[in-house]
Amino acid sequence: MIDLDTGTFYMLVGTVLFGIGFYGLIAYPHLLRKILAMNIMGIGVFMIFIAAAYGSGEGDPDPVPHALVITGIVVAVCATGLALSLAVQVQALTGSPKLDADKE
Amino acid sequence: MSDNSYDDVRLTPARRFVLAMMALLVGGLAAAVLSIEEEVIELRDLALGNLEASGVGNPVTAVLLNYRSYDTFLEVAVLLLALIGIWAVAKKARIPIKSPNTPVLITFERLFMPLMIVSGGYLLWLGADRTGGAFQAGAVLGALGVLWVAASLWTPNDRLRRLTRPALVVGMAAFLLVGGGMMLLGGDFFEYPREDAKTWILLIETAATISIGITLVMLFIGGIPPNADQNKGESGDHD
Repeated sequence: MIDLDTGTFYMLVGTVLFGIGFYGLIAYPHLLRKILAMNIMGIGVFMIFIAAAYGSGEGDPDPVPHALVITGIVVAVCATGLALSLAVQVQALTGSPKLDADKE
Repeated sequence: MSDNSYDDVRLTPARRFVLAMMALLVGGLAAAVLSIEEEVIELRDLALGNLEASGVGNPVTAVLLNYRSYDTFLEVAVLLLALIGIWAVAKKARIPIKSPNTPVLITFERLFMPLMIVSGGYLLWLGADRTGGAFQAGAVLGALGVLWVAASLWTPNDRLRRLTRPALVVGMAAFLLVGGGMMLLGGDFFEYPREDAKTWILLIETAATISIGITLVMLFIGGIPPNADQNKGESGDHD
């Protein structure tokens, strides 16, 4: 039987978040939705890292994944800003918030 | 179906297929997560064991600014690169710097500005020994800047505007000067002097906080803030 401690539980929740985000990224054409979906995928990964740092919950958490996650959050914010800017530009140039290949 | 409409979220057969694939993926990932052995990474003991030599008491700060300061340096560079990318695709600021003044927002801003600056500084200082640090402090200052832009307190002819670009790069400059300076003095890149590593770390973090805060505000504005003379002619948005 699986021994489900707190760290493992949050890791599993992280994988589910990643899947939800990946589905949103693939299944829907609106660029804003894709950007949000990408962020949800990222949050899933961060959650797995933080849960890995927590480990079994005994002793101090591992600071290295924490540092990776804070770096990841900053990079995610940057990427989101740039992606939003590009999406706005796509809307301004084509009049549509969706890419040509995705139009129904 | 018009182009501007929101997504049709009905579960089409194609989406059902994607959903099934995702369920498989999540199942695989979950199996992988469950199979991770405890204590496969020995970095934890290395990071915690050398805390004394790092000059700071917070292990996360020690990793970010001492053991792996090269990563943090490049992270500050990524912030700057993202902003350069935004400025390349959107020349004009998307959030108008001049927006309708609202007394509530302005009063709120004036009351909270000193508080936010103090708490930002406190988070920065706290980062050496507890939870906090340059990114957290930069986020508080960035939020202050966003409120500032929203309340129109930041007018384009402000002296602050001229300080924007220097403030954007001061974090990277401090990193390069300290890291490169150590190399010139015969050490390794980012090898701080042992006895006062904390001073150098705080110095770099202070500069980084300023850059991070300003960069976040610039990301929010979404374009190059207009000059005072540019702003006179074009108050409306004619994109």
